This record gives sequence, C-alpha cells and structure tokens, in this order.
Amino acid sequence: MSTTLFRTIQPNHFTLLTNALLRTRRTSRHISVRCQTSTTTQQSSSQQQQPRTSAPKNHGSNKLDEILKDYEAVIGIETHVQLSTSTKAFCSCPNSYGSHPNTSICPVCMGLPGALPVLSSKVVDFGVRLGLALNCSLSLKSKFDRKQYFYPDLPKGYQISQFDVPIASGGYVDVDIPLEFGGGHRRFGITRVHMEEDAGKLLHSDAGDYSQAMIVSKLDLVDLNRAGVPLLEIVSEPDIRSGVEAAEYGSEMQRIVRYLGVSNGNMQEGSLRCDVNISIRPIGQAEFGTKVEIKNLNAFSAMSRAIDYEITRQALLYNQGQADQIVTETRLWDEGAQKTVTMRKKEGLADYRYFPEPDLPEVIFTQEYVDSIRASLPELPEAKRRRYEAMGLGIQDVLFLANDVSVAEYFDEVIGKGADVKSAANWLMSDIAAYLKNEELSISDVKLTPQELAELIAAIKDETISGKIGKQILFELLAKGGTVQGMIKEKDLVQASSCYFPQNCITDPVEIEKMIMKVISESPKQLEQYRSGKTKLQGFFTGQVMKMSKGKANPALLNKILLEKLNAKD
Amino acid sequence: MLSTLQPPRSLTLLPFRRFHGSKTIASLASSSPTLDASSVSPPQSQILTTRRSLLSGETTASEIAKSYLSRIRLTEPQLKCFLHVSENVLKEAQEIDQRISRGEGVGPLAGVVIGVKDNICTEGMPSTAASRILEHYRPPFDATAVKKIKEMGGIVVGKTNMDEFGMGSTTEASAFQVTANPWDLTRVPGGSSGGSAAAVAANQCMVSLGSDTGGSVRQPASFCGVVGLKPTYGRVSRFGLMAYASSLDVIGCFGSTVADAGMLLHAVSGYDRFDSTSSKQDVPEFESQSLSMDSFESKPLKGVRVGLIRETLEEGVDSGVRSATQEAASHLEALGCLVTEVSLPSFSLGLPAYYVIASSESSSNLSRYDGVRYGNQVMADELNKLYECSRGQGFGGEVKMRILMGTYALSAGYYDAYYKRAQQVRTLIRKDFKAALDHNDILISPAAPSAAYKIGEKKDDPLAMYAGDIMTVNVNLAGLPAIVLPCGLVEGGPSGLPVGLQMIGAAFDEETLLKVGHIFEQTLKGSGFVPPTLPNVA
Repeated sequence: MSTTLFRTIQPNHFTLLTNALLRTRRTSRHISVRCQTSTTTQQSSSQQQQPRTSAPKNHGSNKLDEILKDYEAVIGIETHVQLSTSTKAFCSCPNSYGSHPNTSICPVCMGLPGALPVLSSKVVDFGVRLGLALNCSLSLKSKFDRKQYFYPDLPKGYQISQFDVPIASGGYVDVDIPLEFGGGHRRFGITRVHMEEDAGKLLHSDAGDYSQAMIVSKLDLVDLNRAGVPLLEIVSEPDIRSGVEAAEYGSEMQRIVRYLGVSNGNMQEGSLRCDVNISIRPIGQAEFGTKVEIKNLNAFSAMSRAIDYEITRQALLYNQGQADQIVTETRLWDEGAQKTVTMRKKEGLADYRYFPEPDLPEVIFTQEYVDSIRASLPELPEAKRRRYEAMGLGIQDVLFLANDVSVAEYFDEVIGKGADVKSAANWLMSDIAAYLKNEELSISDVKLTPQELAELIAAIKDETISGKIGKQILFELLAKGGTVQGMIKEKDLVQASSCYFPQNCITDPVEIEKMIMKVISESPKQLEQYRSGKTKLQGFFTGQVMKMSKGKANPALLNKILLEKLNAKD
Repeated sequence: MLSTLQPPRSLTLLPFRRFHGSKTIASLASSSPTLDASSVSPPQSQILTTRRSLLSGETTASEIAKSYLSRIRLTEPQLKCFLHVSENVLKEAQEIDQRISRGEGVGPLAGVVIGVKDNICTEGMPSTAASRILEHYRPPFDATAVKKIKEMGGIVVGKTNMDEFGMGSTTEASAFQVTANPWDLTRVPGGSSGGSAAAVAANQCMVSLGSDTGGSVRQPASFCGVVGLKPTYGRVSRFGLMAYASSLDVIGCFGSTVADAGMLLHAVSGYDRFDSTSSKQDVPEFESQSLSMDSFESKPLKGVRVGLIRETLEEGVDSGVRSATQEAASHLEALGCLVTEVSLPSFSLGLPAYYVIASSESSSNLSRYDGVRYGNQVMADELNKLYECSRGQGFGGEVKMRILMGTYALSAGYYDAYYKRAQQVRTLIRKDFKAALDHNDILISPAAPSAAYKIGEKKDDPLAMYAGDIMTVNVNLAGLPAIVLPCGLVEGGPSGLPVGLQMIGAAFDEETLLKVGHIFEQTLKGSGFVPPTLPNVA
C-alpha cells in the first residue's frame, strides 16, 4: 500500500562522503534518494484546511456520550526514549541533536561492509536505571537481536534491538490524574524495557506531506546522524483506558527519564516518542477488539486528543454495525485536521525475522552492579509526590512541584533551609512560576538561590518585612541575585523592618503602649481629626511612634495597640 | 636477484622442482616417514628468510617486491588469483629500504609480500568480496588485520579472488573471474579463499590472508598444496572482514610453511576494541615453534595424543585421500605421537546445521547491500524496485540462493525447525569435540573428501559442492582452531594433486597445532609442495 517513490540513488556518492567526513565535519552532505512525484491518489494537503474537530461530526454530544458509555478502550503505549549518552550506542560518533546532516557518522553507523557494533556500557547503565525506576525485574543476562527490514534510513537492513530477553520486564508505574481530569491515582503495568538503536531520518526536500506515507517529493535525502543513537523502548501493559490516562502515563515517563537524567525527554526533538495501540470493546466483553496503532504524536495533549478521537471513531463504527471496518493498521495523528488518518494497513503480521545478534556478546551484569545503580537513583516523581502530600500540600501543589525535576529540587532545597512548606510552595507556584513564564526562563536560570528564598519566607513570616515588600524584593532577587538582608539594607526598607535584627527590636507591649500614649497626648488635634473619621491619620501616629522608638518598635504590635488606643472611647 | 629469496620455492618457472612423478605418489604412500632430509630439503619460512636477507643487506625490499610483481605479471594471465594488484608495492618497499639504510628499525613483516582476500577491507584499495554489488568499492578504512600487517612492515600486494562474499568452495562464484589451480589449470583452487591459496602456491606472494566460515581457508589450502591456518573464533579481529556468517567467520592465514602461517597469525591476532567478539586471550609467540630440523629429537612429538576422526574416513572420501591421511597418521606415530581413532557421533549433523546457520546469518549480513549508500545501484521508479533491481543485478546466483535459504530459515513458523534446531546441533557438536579433545591434544582428518576437481564439475550441483565441506564445517561450528598442511599427492593433473591433512586443536591452542604441524612438515619425506610449471608461461 505504501508506495514510496524512489528513482535514483547516486552511485558511489558514498566513497566521497565517508572520506570527506573522516577528515572534515564542516560541510553538510546528504545521501540522496531521488524520487518521482507521486502519482497516487491519496489526498492529504486538503485535509489541513479542515476545521478542528475532536470527534467525527454529525453526532450530537449527548448522543455520542450515550454511545461511548457502552464501550471501553484498551490502550497500550510504546515509548521510545532517546538516551542522552555522549556517544551513539554502538560506535563512538557523538550523539548530538541538530548537527548538519551526515556529520555524526562513521563506518559502523553507516553500515559499511566489515564494520562491527560495540556496545557502549552507558546504554546498559541507563537501561538498568530506567528498569529500576519502573519497578521492573532486571535480566542479569540479556542479549541483542536483529530486527530485519528494508528501509533507506536503516543502514544495515536490520535494527539491533532486544527481542525475547529484554534488559528489564514486569514493572509498573504510578500516576496521579490531575484534578481537572477527575483526579485519582492509577497504576499502569510495564511489560518490558529494552535497548535498541535508532534509525536515520529521511528528509524530504519539497514541502511534501507524507501523512499517508507518500513521499511526494522530487528528492529524498537520508540523514544518518540519528542512526545508531541509543534508545530504550518502554512497552506498557494494555492498562490505559482514556486519552487523559495515556497523556498522564506519557508525562510520567517524561518525568522519570528527566529525573533519572537518562534523556532530555523532549518530544519536539523526538527524544521521547509515543506510539499508541488502541482498541475498544463493549463493556463486559473479555476479548480485545481490533488493535489500531497511532503514530506521529508530538505532544501529550495531542496524544490525548488522538486517543479520544480514535475511541469515538471506533465506537461509532461499532455502533453503526460496521465494526469490521476497524482494521489492523497504523494511523497518523493529523494535528491540522485534528483527526487520525490511515498511514498503512498491515497485511498480516510483519515478519521481522528476529535472531540473536552474532556480532555482540550477551549482556551480563551482576546483582551488585544493579544494587549500586539502585543506590544511586534519585528520589523519583512518585516518591516525591507522596512525600509532598505527607507534608500537607494539596494535590495540585504536589503535582505542580513534582512535575519538573529542577523545580522539585529547588523546592526541596528551600524547605531544606527551614522555610515554611506551604509558603515555599506558594511562592514557587505563583510569583516565581509567573515570572518564569513571562521571561521564558526555567528555574535553573534564576539568580535567586533557594537559600535566599528561604530567608525571604522567614523574613515575612516573622514580620520583618511585609508580604508586599517581599514581592518587590523577590523580583529583584530573581533577576539580579543578591541577598535578602542586603536588599533590605540597600533599599532602606527599615521602616517595616527594624526588627530584622531581633536583638534591637522593641517587642514589649507596655513600652510600646507608653510611647503611643505619649504621642497621642502630644497630638490632640490629630486625634480629634482621626476620631472624627480621618482614619488615614493612623499612619501619622505610627510614624511618630516609630520615630520615637528610633524605628525599633515591632510594627505589628505597634499597629495593634495604636488602633486600640485610637479607637478607645475614653 | 631471485636467488636471494630463500627458501627454494623457486621464482623461476623452469626448471621447476617438481614434487614427484606419479610413481612417487605410490612410493610416498608406502614409504615410512623418516627423519632424514630427503632429496628435497624441507621448506623454509619465507618470512624469516626475508627478514634475514633484508637485515643482512643481502637483498632489498624493492628487489623482492619487483620479483614478486614480475612473477604476478607472468602468471596472472593463467591463474587469475588477483582482482586487484596494488600500485604502491614498490613505493612501500622503497620506504622499508630507506628505513634500513638509515639504520632505523623495521617491523617483523618488513618486506613480506602479502595477498589479502578481497572481502577484507583495505583502505583506498578496491574491496569487493568479488561481488558485482561492490564493484569499484574502496573502503575508507583498513581491516584490523590489515592495519596490523601494515604496522609491522608487511606489503599488501593485492586483493585475491574468491567466491562472492565467501559463498562457495571453488572460487568459481566470483563475479569477476575464475581462478585456476596452479597444480592443474583446468582445476579449481578450492574456495572460497581460492585466490589467496593459489597465489601462495604459485609464489605470487609469500603469505596471504583468507577467511574461513566453513572451510574457506583449509579446503583451498588442501587443493593448492599450501598451509592454511584457521584460528580459534575470536583470535583475530573480524573488524573489516565483510561478514558472511558472523558467528562462524574468522580471518585465516596461508603460507608455504607452517612457520609462515604461524607468524602471520601472530601478526594479526589479538583483542580488538572494534570487535566485541574478539578474545582477550594472550597471543603466544608462534615463531618459537618453528625450530630447525637439527634440533629435533628422535621422537620430537613423543606423548602427543592424536585422535583420528573415524567418521572422516568413511564412504564418500576418495581412496587416495583416505590413504594419504592414514599415511600421515603413521608419520605422526613415527614422530612419537600416540594415534588413536576417535568418534564424533554428531559429525554428520554438522553440514546441514552449518548451511542453515551460515545462510541465516548471511541473509541478514547482506541486507546492508541495498544500493542506497554505496555500491552499485539500479535506477528504479519506486523503493522496492530499487532494492530488487540493485540486489537482483548485484548479487550472483549462489549468494541469492543462500539469502533465500537463510530468509526462509529465519521466517516466522520455520525458525524453530531450522535455525533453533541448527543451534542445538551446534551445541552437540561442540560437546563432542570437547570430549574428544579432553582425551587428545589434536584431532586429525582429511581437509576435504577429494583433491581439486575440474572447473565446472560441480557448478550445477550445489549439493555435491556443499558435501565437500563436510570435513571442515564442524570446526567452525565449534569455533576451534585447525591447520591444514600438505601430506601427500594423489593422481591427477600433470604431476599429481596435493592432499591436505587437517589438524584440529583445542580452543586457543594454535600453539600445539603449529608445533605438531611444523615438525610434521619438516620431517615429511619429499616435502616441498611446489606446483608444476605453468603451461605457456615459461
């Protein structure tokens, strides 16, 4: 069905290519695959003009809900995580995203005759880390296999992967569903985690659309920079039931790989790719329905919408007695049209002719090695969330703080300095989050250290400074850095902050009352005006008392007593 | 000039020291070996001779190189051993001479003229595995074995012909030319390393590299009357060897003496970080095994336990081969060995298991030749056509057949019946060898069921050709080292055809093979297997 059109591939382009590349990496070179313009009949570009819809039309939402409630979706997700190792999996080429095409290649990842793969130990390391993080059991002895198929982006004609003995299997992951999506806690099974290598990329010189796997361009280019980059593939159990759950599962994978530092988890760069397998069945039915695969999901929100669209599509077909039109196929999520479209239909099962990779020895490691990695694991998102929850934070706070590993680490440092938990959470979630959003920065970019945020929170708490002043200082500290103490001195924020140095502070209510009484008695005119309604004059009295106390009176106490006196009907 | 090139594997074509007439064949078979040097002095290491004569100033590397080049020029039209002869031979030789004249050190292979099988990558030199699909392909890197040779001063004289990608036993499956056997130009040199074996036999080079997946070094060594050494799997890095069957492939060595094969092996052996299947086992100095005959005791191999594999002398083996093997056994006994018959019950299972495993792996290994990045491509309107045409026109018949067989064996539903079963047989064969080698230091057998046969004789009967691999494939399945060395002649050709004896050792015990092989060779009456004059050359 997929009729990718290729015409010529320039002979001997390669020799020049490799030789040149072994010497200079400056020029960008492509391996070219020239194609004829497609003459097939798939319409694709017109679909982009269609309005956004989240579900097939012609069905009132009530009626749709009525139909949907009779069906249950069964969803499993395959997640490919591109590892942030410094080299590729089986050669020493740098693993760098965004280099000029074909500048990070060598005989091994180009699949030249005679080249052999040599496994980077870092890949195993990361595999064990992720396996442990997903509560899997590790295979102390696993192996690599070859998955064989032909495609121009696959230099060797096979992908080095793991087939029947993955490095990790039988785990689970816990997620919290955000409140706005109903909340609750869910556990999804992890079938397996295995190591494999990425393929290269086909670049299409014309702005051709290939939503139907049609390569509708005149010249297709192969970029092998990505070929051989290490991947971990995580296969979930079919435990997921909705788009929201799937998105949350995906987000959790992203959090976990980022917490572990095994990947940047960036979906736009393709460092994290999710393929969804989805079928639906009438509620109560034990057998699975026909499975459809959805690819090209570049964001979790897209994943959620794609799944909901697909559930609706399949439910309607069931409902209309056309269940036989749900076929085993791969569908692409068309972000423009907000729908899934057929990419290729699978005629029977693909036979990848897996067999053990004879160029690589078995991957063998010891329990001690696993234990040492386990000991080095950071606190993972789920543990963090439960800890934050136990500290008394609400679930929304918890989810916000634990979402981003650098925010969570920052928060942990702030509260580690003794800051009030709730205040620290509030600052991070409101003002600091807003600042970051406005400035398009991440928490690691700000100048405010966790130490100083803790100081700031303490200063407000013990009423050295007001919350209002605190905010002013905060933005300065975020942008410029410095210390809370220095800022208070520098800005002469002394008025409200004489008590910053506790030893100088006048906190004796009797003494303060004395001063107040003295000021009141010396200012009968102002008192009369105040009592006749000019309450703004409270500031005058406060100022006078402060002056008398040389700024040392505790402002809160002062104001409290002052109000009592001013309002007293004597 | 030529006389400086001891040993006396004369470079002149006439008069040629013939081995013996057919009369002598019978006498060899019936004569008991003796430790006395026969009328023909035992062969001497060309590597050691070269080293000696270069360092003593007796000759120069340039002179040696020139003589080999002219020898190649003279004999190539008949033999067709080489697919490519290097343009840099003289330049490299001159560099060695300059180093020597400046008093600088030279490597242990300085001036040694070496042929390299065409499936072993040589930087900037065509490396095609004798396949149309890689015609004109020049790799950007040297295979590790080649790199080592060059570092030790060896001169790669050219790329030798072979069966395409190593698939064949006659070198007739080369996409480019058919190599003739120097003993009889109407016969095959064996294969797949036929070019490397014939080139050494015809003295076109001193030693050569081949590769052995199921006997591709040993069988042509037998057919051409030279020494062929298949090391333990993992002894020599496979980096730069174009894979046929990765779990069986090894780079092997040809020489006109056991010592030469051993020294070449020593040069190319060792762990390589670019091949994770290469072994970290120590590489012994094989040179020390090549003692001179004078130092031999009366029973130099006293106590060496030799197992003659019973199954290799059963029906299907030519009587001449059988008697030569039995004679060799007697010779070993005379040298002090304890020769007994051993049985390998799984022996006959090896051949089918080998063809399943080798074909399966090759179907995968040859997937990279898709016409996309390098090699010959055929224009096509769509992708599948591009693959079909490039591969269809790029690969020869034998290669296609094995790809098809391998693809079939690995297909869903057949995997268990073929590939998995074959792996089980492989385990069984390993076990049997292990048991036999627990009681013996080496095992012996013929290298092939017959001597060299006629060109074209088995071309249309692949099963008959495959059956010829029966003696050798088991050794690859078990990953063991083996050496083949000439042990006699049978009738055929203008002056008889050589027959090789195979000695199989325990894993990583090439040392014993080389020791036994060397003493066997040096004491064999009438040794000095020099092919007859090449017609029309003299």
